[in-house]
Amino acid sequence: MGYQGHFRVWRGSDQGGGLEDFTVEVNEGEVVLDVIHRLQATQTPDLAVRWNCKAGKCGSCSAEINGKPRLLCMTRMSVFAEDETVTVTPMRTFPVIRDLVTDVSYNYEKAREIPSFKPPAGVAPGEYRMQQVDVERSQEFRKCIECFLCNNTCHVIRDHEENKESFAGPRFLMRVAELEMHPLDEADRVPEAQSSHGLGLCNITKCCTDVCPEHIKITDNALIPMKERVADRRYDPVVWLGNKLFRRN
Amino acid sequence: MRAQIAQRTLRTDRWWLPPLATFVGLLLISIYAAVRTFMGDYYWVDEYRYLTPMYSPCLSEECLPAAAHFGRPLPELPGFLTPPVVIIPFLLGFRVTCYYYRKAYYRAAWMSPPACAVAEPHAKYTGETRFPLIAQNLHRYFFYAASLLLLINVYDAIYAFSTGVGLGNLVLLVNVGLLAAYTLSCHSCRHIAGGRLKHFSKHPVRYWAWTQISKLNAKHMQLAWASLIFVCVTDLYVALVASGTISDLRFVN
Ligand code: SF4
Ligand code: SF4
Ligand code: FES
Ligand code: FES
Repeated sequence: MGYQGHFRVWRGSDQGGGLEDFTVEVNEGEVVLDVIHRLQATQTPDLAVRWNCKAGKCGSCSAEINGKPRLLCMTRMSVFAEDETVTVTPMRTFPVIRDLVTDVSYNYEKAREIPSFKPPAGVAPGEYRMQQVDVERSQEFRKCIECFLCNNTCHVIRDHEENKESFAGPRFLMRVAELEMHPLDEADRVPEAQSSHGLGLCNITKCCTDVCPEHIKITDNALIPMKERVADRRYDPVVWLGNKLFRRN
Repeated sequence: MRAQIAQRTLRTDRWWLPPLATFVGLLLISIYAAVRTFMGDYYWVDEYRYLTPMYSPCLSEECLPAAAHFGRPLPELPGFLTPPVVIIPFLLGFRVTCYYYRKAYYRAAWMSPPACAVAEPHAKYTGETRFPLIAQNLHRYFFYAASLLLLINVYDAIYAFSTGVGLGNLVLLVNVGLLAAYTLSCHSCRHIAGGRLKHFSKHPVRYWAWTQISKLNAKHMQLAWASLIFVCVTDLYVALVASGTISDLRFVN
């Protein structure tokens, strides 16, 4: 049975904006994106929202619902009480373009900073041979749908804009881990993980893992293993003490 | 420009409850551990050879000779210091640098962040890039030390069976079981066992070990709490028996 639902939606642009209240029809089986579309169709034809697949696979519809970073198309209305006000806001960490649409260029810039896959010399595409057990680990990370909810939630940049320059975010630290664990990748990615991609800024508080709609264990399987690899090289206490005492580098 | 939203968070659930519960839990356990450490008494039940894990190994001159399974190589500790202060730096260091406890206290005590999508109160943030937090990278060395202490606890638990079997024996046994599961499920252990390898196919035994440890590792948080609480339970049980407050339930004498 349908009911009249209370919605509070952030409307505005980079010039400013705020939350506006709406009452919209909600039907059984709907997700938040359906209601946003009904709002667009019946009351606010100029409401901006980015979406594509409506199936949780394109990663376009990332937003925040009652303060929690989620996909609009994968959040069922049935998780809310009928008299509950549902607040929908754009992702906080990225600059807003209009209404629920943000400019996610930060993520593409960070993606470009990571050197691409480096196969062994002399092995042409098509000649790659690897064991299933060896590629399995990095395949988990390939489930990523690039929704950037993890980067949006990570407090390192969410609460500290100034860290954006030095921090690739969980999504792209995971990309570094993926390549580092890839059986055929020959590049050494460990020193850069710490120095250029900002692995040390992550304090493993796991919010990226909590919000990932693909349930990738970002912290346990990508970030912590990378921290351990850095520790292998840089924080052997004996080497570290030597460096401190004799100012070696 | 980001969307202008004045509220620190729009979350409507009780996001403050888990960090609060963590904070209270860690505080209570720290108080208990501090009290028992500086009590310097009731750590050994001579009749049944129960030694609390908090005082094991007991290495300094003031230890009861029977409780000092590895002799007393250290002189009497000065002032108010008690035998556990020798081992506590390692045990505490292991827990404090543990990836799970880091998450727990960064969230609960330092509020960095208090919960996901809730703004932290700090103006600046450098994570684990500088002194002192950069020292968290030393976790694996505490892992080695803690593994050694664990072996000693296992020895204590087995040694206690030499006078028969009582409830205290079972308590000591469960305690070492939980400690072993916690230690084995450590992220550094997972890394050392096999996580650092690029080609699992070339190291089948280490791959198998990594697979098993990964299963335990997924429960690392639960094991961290279970083992921490049970160490206190074990210590309390030994203290109660040692002080004569309760008598040990014996099955075989
Ligand atoms: S675990 Fe690290 S990368 Fe993930 S949200 Fe927390 S600080 Fe950011
Ligand atoms: S890792 Fe998960 S949360 Fe992050 S971009 Fe990929 S799918 Fe989204
Ligand atoms: S619309 Fe594609 S993930 Fe939501
Ligand atoms: S990660 Fe928790 S003990 Fe090592």
